[in-house]
Amino acid sequence: MKKQTKPASVKKPDGTLKRYFKNMKTATKVDYATYLGVILAFAVVMACQSAGLLNRQVTGMLVPICCYICMAVSLNLTVGILGELSLGHAGFMSVGAFSGIVASMSLGFTGAGDVVRLVAAIAIGAVVAAIAGVIVGVPVLRLRGDYLAIVTLAFGEIIKELINCLLVGFDENGLHIRFNYDGNSVMGDLGLTENGVEIIKGAQGAAGNEKLSTFVAGFVLVMITLIVVLNLVRSRTGRAVMAIRDNRIAAESVGINVTKYKLTAFVVSAALAGAAGGLYGLNFSSLASTTFDFNASILVLVYVVLGGLGNIWGSIVATVVLYALPEALRGFDDLRMLVYAIVLILVMLATHNERLRALLAKVLPRRKGAAVHG
Amino acid sequence: MVFLQYLISGISIGSIYAIIALGYTMVYGIAKMLNFAHGDVIMVGGYISFCTTSYLGLPGWVSVVFAVAVCTVLGVVIEGLAYRPLRQAGSLAVLITAIGVSYLLQNAAQLIWGATPKNFTSLVNFAVPEFLSRLNVSGVMLVTVVACIVIMLGLTWFTSRTKLGKAMRACSEDRGAAQLMGINVNRTISMTFAIGSALAAIAGVLLCSYSPVLQPTTGSMPGIKAFTAAVFGGIGSIPGAFLGGVLLGIIEAMARAYLSTNLANSIVFAVLIIVLLVRPAGLLGKYVPEKV
Repeated sequence: MKKQTKPASVKKPDGTLKRYFKNMKTATKVDYATYLGVILAFAVVMACQSAGLLNRQVTGMLVPICCYICMAVSLNLTVGILGELSLGHAGFMSVGAFSGIVASMSLGFTGAGDVVRLVAAIAIGAVVAAIAGVIVGVPVLRLRGDYLAIVTLAFGEIIKELINCLLVGFDENGLHIRFNYDGNSVMGDLGLTENGVEIIKGAQGAAGNEKLSTFVAGFVLVMITLIVVLNLVRSRTGRAVMAIRDNRIAAESVGINVTKYKLTAFVVSAALAGAAGGLYGLNFSSLASTTFDFNASILVLVYVVLGGLGNIWGSIVATVVLYALPEALRGFDDLRMLVYAIVLILVMLATHNERLRALLAKVLPRRKGAAVHG
Repeated sequence: MVFLQYLISGISIGSIYAIIALGYTMVYGIAKMLNFAHGDVIMVGGYISFCTTSYLGLPGWVSVVFAVAVCTVLGVVIEGLAYRPLRQAGSLAVLITAIGVSYLLQNAAQLIWGATPKNFTSLVNFAVPEFLSRLNVSGVMLVTVVACIVIMLGLTWFTSRTKLGKAMRACSEDRGAAQLMGINVNRTISMTFAIGSALAAIAGVLLCSYSPVLQPTTGSMPGIKAFTAAVFGGIGSIPGAFLGGVLLGIIEAMARAYLSTNLANSIVFAVLIIVLLVRPAGLLGKYVPEKV
């Protein structure tokens, strides 16, 4: 980061607050603006909701939008800041969602309150996804480029198939888990007592969940995600991660522990995706593991790429616009993914066009977001 | 006997993977890019063949020729419009573009042919000799294995003997040096895409003859598995793609038969991950150390 400080003699500062803002780095200003924007957006939506301006369609979208914002911001940490393409991000969301559902349903059996259950679901989702992140990250991060991308994709598919085979129930004797690898087990094999609840039913996924997610929880999660990611990026760790992205060999030669920092970024990203999954899982009464397939990963990747790689507020804006737009234009549902595909290709072609880049460099004297070259 | 049947079905599905993997490996070896849309070219090939036989009523071999022609043009057009402008860009940009192309093809197919699966009538319906049919060998299996071996040998001959094949190898070795020797790199890469897509069309017809359900996502899973096969055998190596494809088919068939039906894909991917960790260059690939 370049320091934007100017000598105090240039212009006389007329207040500590003003001087504080004057001496602030541009990156910090952008971060504060991002927080402020999210808080303002939340306030506006809450005001509209209490005034009764929002219809059911819009209110139904609020929680998923929050989840996808967390997904996009956390994926941006892997793809934009770390510079490694992950095609299995939805796998971590899936892990978070299903472990969150198990946690909240089990707690519900013991009679815990809704808020406790929701927080527990998000926290346990994050922890389990972080563990999955370590398991996936240790082998994956040894690879590079295309190989890494294809292996994250493979892990995403493996996670999907494993959850498809999972049978989970809860009764007064505790958690019953059965792994239906041969396809012959049924829910009855769990041996639940008659008071027990069936939580995950293999390929059918989880059904009969209580919808506990609220928009306020979504907002809090988005803020937590932003605080974690922005502070990570602006810290010593974040600078090390970006140094690895820009030139791995050079970073290694100045003593940066490549494996450690790569794994840190990857696991934080996975944990945040798990938290988003925990919230997402409790927003629907039924959820199948096929929801979190390769397409879901790509969808989030599209948000990140169109928002700008490494640009956090860009991811937020892109997510809100791209999630809300097709929902608003119901009639274009068939064309939605087609338009996404075309826009994705055109954006990639345009951003790598030499002539357009030169033109942009003239119009915008300084690029604020960190772009990935190579 | 049962084992032998699984082995044979593994080899035949593996041969389809091998044909797709040969296309992947050619493109990856020369253009140094992961053509994610390769699997969807397979799907397009299947649909073209389906349309020519079902709607136009033409004989099977004509539909194959038709599918090959359309896919070849499609491959060259995709390369020219989407990948060529990104030749100097990083691999991440090219990969994301390739994913975009893959989505474009899938969704375009869905708009044109609808999402409901089409029932593909097998193009191969001759009777196999008595001793083979006792092993559950169908005509499609026989044709697939023969086609795969012929294509592999043909490609080996092509890349080692012909002028264009040598140009391809030169481009794969050092693009800049190849250009200095007077090789038209862009045209060579276009030709590679043409060959790869033609192979994808053949694979598409064989795949649909083998398992007759045709829908817009038909190509994506075999495409990913074929890439796995190409990496398994050593990407860029033609015998490697063949070996990787056949081995992967056998592993998948055995996993399905003896371990778990539900987890067959996971086992295949787990094999990929293990291979990449133990031998990063694949079975027959050569390891290129990174220069500083």
